[in-house]
Amino acid sequence: MKLPIFMDNHSTTPVDPRVLEEMLPYFTSKFGNAASRSHQFGWEAEEAVDHARERIAALIGAKDTKEIVLTSGATESDNLAIKGVAEYCREKGNHIVTTVTEHKAVLDTCKRLEKQGFEVTYLGVAKDGRVDPDDVKKAIGERTILVSVMLANNEIGAVQPIEEIGRITRERGVLLHSDAVQGVGKVPFDVQKMNIDLASLTAHKMYGPKGVGALYVRRSRPRVRLVAQMDGGGHERGMRSGTLAVPLVVGFGKAAEIMTREGAVESARLVGLRERLRERIMGQLDEVYVNGSMEHRLPGNLNLSFNFVEGEGLMMAIKDVAVSSGSACTSASLEPSYVLRALGVGDELAHSSIRFGLGRFNTQEEVDYVADLVVAKVSRLRELSPLWEMHKEGIDLKSVAWVAH
Amino acid sequence: MAYSTKVIEHYENPRNVGTLDKSDPNVGTGLVGAPACGDVMRLQIRVNEQGVIEDAKFKTFGCGSAIASSSLATEWIKGKTIDEAEGIKNSQIVDELNLPPVKIHCSVLAEDAIKSAIADYRKKRVDRATVSGANKE
Repeated sequence: MKLPIFMDNHSTTPVDPRVLEEMLPYFTSKFGNAASRSHQFGWEAEEAVDHARERIAALIGAKDTKEIVLTSGATESDNLAIKGVAEYCREKGNHIVTTVTEHKAVLDTCKRLEKQGFEVTYLGVAKDGRVDPDDVKKAIGERTILVSVMLANNEIGAVQPIEEIGRITRERGVLLHSDAVQGVGKVPFDVQKMNIDLASLTAHKMYGPKGVGALYVRRSRPRVRLVAQMDGGGHERGMRSGTLAVPLVVGFGKAAEIMTREGAVESARLVGLRERLRERIMGQLDEVYVNGSMEHRLPGNLNLSFNFVEGEGLMMAIKDVAVSSGSACTSASLEPSYVLRALGVGDELAHSSIRFGLGRFNTQEEVDYVADLVVAKVSRLRELSPLWEMHKEGIDLKSVAWVAH
Repeated sequence: MAYSTKVIEHYENPRNVGTLDKSDPNVGTGLVGAPACGDVMRLQIRVNEQGVIEDAKFKTFGCGSAIASSSLATEWIKGKTIDEAEGIKNSQIVDELNLPPVKIHCSVLAEDAIKSAIADYRKKRVDRATVSGANKE
């Protein structure tokens, strides 16, 4: 077992050696521009890109490789989907429905559109982090052009009821976009079954390289049209100009192929590891709370709040283990996690939260080591904590008149 | 954002973690911050007849920089008079621990904690003096 241990697979994942191997030739010998129509270097690159498109399409149930628009990553895909549709449909309507727990790439894009005169409804979520499909139904109006709901949340792992939402949007004739970054390959996701019209994907959350992603854009029933956000040579059927990063695209394709083949078995293994981590920690400590739905959850995600201990302090204490926290101290803005806030977790427990993200390369040995380390460090930090002492004395912390600064 | 070695040092070997008896007339207790803010510091001092802080203890709910700031504060005030301790500025803590801009508020809270403990001690003395003054009448 090597230190440091990486348990932050929701922030990024290591590139699978099989993916790296497949990418390398496209840096050195097969380095052509996929848009060069007139020579072998170009044809070779184009073929590799098409092959990757097939693999990505297969992963999400897309019928046609023409529906896979390659981008620099999911942030760009989110921007393209939301701005692209908004601009195209401006005459038809100006209302977008989304949720408060979306990734910033979606939320910030919506904020920009609001400044340009669009109206956005940000639906709240329940304590388990899931949005109610009924709320989506009620929010859709005459002027609604797009609903955007993520497949699974990066912080708390909550999996959204996309299939039910897809039924509603299809019935009402409104486009459905889903940021599927965290969930693809790990939980069921099928653009046909779920009536999805646009989906954002990225390679680096599925053991592929950083710097490449895709936007699924449905071509039939309905045919989705959007306004390109990157103008230039007309690549990707005019939807996204710019020379393709062929080696990265090839890597993305290979990562997708592995996910299609191994995803289900891997997810089962990760659930087992995650439960082992959870039980081992919660069996040895009290006042520990799980954030987000246990039932509808990403296999490798465990988000825990350790009451009376602050998240960044705990991360420093377990410095040979890479995890993340919803604490304000870990954000540049000193605001605690907006996702935890949306769950109604309360600032205090938000400051005490740690997110564990297990992945393909984590082992049982690592899980046991980390669980025991966390228990030891939490216990130690509780010895340093005035709140723990007050709790032990039976003082209700909510009744104290704090002198905040 | 790597942690400064000094901050890690204070976390690994914190000075003066603990609790003094709140009801002791020579003990001043400062409690600043709020759980909702992610930062709570409790700093206590025991002051002798000469006005010198002979013992100081702290407990902190907060990040590594907050723990280090309060640990350092207790180290510095021991052996000082309460007037001298009151003069400690957060900027001195920032310099000593190499705190980055985003962590400066931790040092401010530590300075507040010192002042809060001293204020509590002074108030107790005034209350005692008032009581004994009243008893004399």
